[in-house]
Amino acid sequence: MKWTKKDILDIESLSAEEIDLILETAFGLKEISRRPIKKVPTLRGKTIVLFFLEPSTRTRISFDIAAKRLSADSVAIAAATSSIVKGETLLDTARNLQAMSPDIIVMRHSSAGAARMLARSLDVSVINAGDGMHAHPTQALLDMMTVKEAKGTLEGLNVSIIGDIAHSRVARSDILGFSRMGAAVTVAGPATMIPPGIDHLGAEVAKSVDDAVTGADVIIMLRIQKERQRRFLFPTEREYAAQYGLNTARLAKIKSDALIMHPGPMNRGVEICQEAADGPFSVILEQVANGVALRMALYYLVSGGMRDADAY
Amino acid sequence: MQMLIKGGRVLDPGAFDAAADILIEDGRIAEVRKVGEGRAADPEESLDSAAVIDAAGLVVVPGLIDMHVHLREPGQEYKETIETGTRAAAAGGFTSVCCMPNTSPVNDSASVTRYIIEHASRCCGVRVYPVAAVSAGLCGEQLAEYGELKDAGAVAVSDDGKPVADSQLMRRALEYAGGIGLAVISHCEDPGLSGGVINEGAVSTLTGLSGVPNAAESVMVMRDIALSELTGTPVHIAHVSTRQSVEAIRAAKARGAAVTAETAPHYFTLTDEAVKSYDTRAKMNPPLRCEPDRQAVADGLADGTIDAIATDHAPHAQIEKEVEFDLAANGIIGLETSLGLGLALVEKGILSLQQLVAAMSKNPAKIIGKPCGIAPGLAADITIIDPSYEYTYRADKGRSKSRNSPFDGWNLRGCAAYTIAAGEVVYHLSKDS
Repeated sequence: MKWTKKDILDIESLSAEEIDLILETAFGLKEISRRPIKKVPTLRGKTIVLFFLEPSTRTRISFDIAAKRLSADSVAIAAATSSIVKGETLLDTARNLQAMSPDIIVMRHSSAGAARMLARSLDVSVINAGDGMHAHPTQALLDMMTVKEAKGTLEGLNVSIIGDIAHSRVARSDILGFSRMGAAVTVAGPATMIPPGIDHLGAEVAKSVDDAVTGADVIIMLRIQKERQRRFLFPTEREYAAQYGLNTARLAKIKSDALIMHPGPMNRGVEICQEAADGPFSVILEQVANGVALRMALYYLVSGGMRDADAY
Repeated sequence: MQMLIKGGRVLDPGAFDAAADILIEDGRIAEVRKVGEGRAADPEESLDSAAVIDAAGLVVVPGLIDMHVHLREPGQEYKETIETGTRAAAAGGFTSVCCMPNTSPVNDSASVTRYIIEHASRCCGVRVYPVAAVSAGLCGEQLAEYGELKDAGAVAVSDDGKPVADSQLMRRALEYAGGIGLAVISHCEDPGLSGGVINEGAVSTLTGLSGVPNAAESVMVMRDIALSELTGTPVHIAHVSTRQSVEAIRAAKARGAAVTAETAPHYFTLTDEAVKSYDTRAKMNPPLRCEPDRQAVADGLADGTIDAIATDHAPHAQIEKEVEFDLAANGIIGLETSLGLGLALVEKGILSLQQLVAAMSKNPAKIIGKPCGIAPGLAADITIIDPSYEYTYRADKGRSKSRNSPFDGWNLRGCAAYTIAAGEVVYHLSKDS
């Protein structure tokens, strides 16, 4: 199939065929990162702006490394150094960026829908690196890539996502992505963190975390944000770890070939214990490694890469 | 000065419904005469042809009243002025509007109330009834000076835009205002439960936009009903958006509580599906709810639980809407679409035309204590509706200074053909559009 989308804004707008193409492209590009000279000329002369209006280290560096491995020129702008702090609107800042003719703008923003707004008003390609609680499509794609790499397929797998579903863009994108690819997605967590209508996204709500981990092929633990305590979502980290965390007792119940994932950054000892994070089930660092290949694939595809398919 | 409105269906809900001619003299209704009923001298012969309106095929109703608008003046003239807001009102068929106090400065003093009234008297002729603040500065800490405000011309008090969070303040406001004869209009929103930007439900979960549950509104509706019953004074609930609020008001009315309520056309027309695409033109507070709520609001109008249709006309400049959804201003303009959207309920058979007209004229008039109707001696505030005129609403062609409407581009049926305030034509469809 031929890639036709200008932007990568969310999982909802991607078909199963498009997700497959992205993952296949990413698998093909992954090998570049293992070469002694980790660089190909594919996107030479292309300019990629990394426009991060919310703190991020891992995702921004992953996008940056992905750009450099394809020989694109990447420029990073952080909120503190952008004109947003001087009162410029997001659209004005974006139009100014566009006037300098970049090819791709990667944006992270604290407001849901911000990437879509940008994409609607700009001609350049926009890749959403996370917009509020809405979507984090590249995380979901790299999660799917990691599972497919380990299991060979996504179809028919039981994927459990555990934690603060209500406030997680990763959860939303993972639910939509895995279920689109034929996996059965279950969510679990304290009732304060399960949003209304989550079934409309294609997830079932488990009665307990124990139910969710038992029989799961993939267990995705979400980061618990300490500031949520103040909004009455959970009492203490201690209680959270015991009731909802992936602790050693629960680790003993999981399938022998289960995968443990976490989008990071982890709170060790809260949502995930040491043994789960570092043990044989964990593919957490694989997720990070795949993130680079996955983002290379997206750059490649939105830049029109299918027109010269063997450039890499 | 005489004017004759000839041959229309004159509809004064609960009082009159027949083909009739209306003779207007010096700003007042002089005579209402059923077509076919004889009369000694036909006034038409003595009238200039310009002073005769042929209302054949049209519906002649009491001047419409929008009891909930934001005219933004003083202080936010970049959004709307009394001039542009009243022209939009006239085009929408309204002869009177009640303007909310969240201006800069806040209308919590007689001087601001007088400023609004004096300024309005130099505009197009639409009556402007100021609603003053419940609390000084809308700060929720002490009562505004209701006595002076009433003397200056305020018809009601409301902290609209902000809830009165302190129940004791609300209790005392009801007592004090009730004692001097001012209506209290309540913006019901529990501040602890709200804080989101759209309705809480499947759409907020899908879009990742933070949600406001229905209960954020209904818990305060229930509180205010309890306080109204405690104090024995009436309370008016603004912009009802949820089924639970409708149910609470219905039950309160059934046991005789002095509660009245309004809703806005968007709550019986749209649901939160309209914000799925992050369209900030459909962002308002309270937010658009789900289909069962939309239906309950329409049913509430049909069975009289909800007394009035008011637009909550909330103009905002484009720069306040062309931003991230979280940051976009709340509210939509509504003066020029209200009648068309209301008539759609009539067309669907949900409301009778009488009910719609009552909800847009006599009922709000009663709540704010103003006369309204078509009978000799009353002020000639009259709206002549063309119920079959079809048009496409274009926000940029409207009279309002702002364009923030989710109905932009909608095909509507029915609008004001003439708006007459105090015997003066303040809007005429074929002349002005």
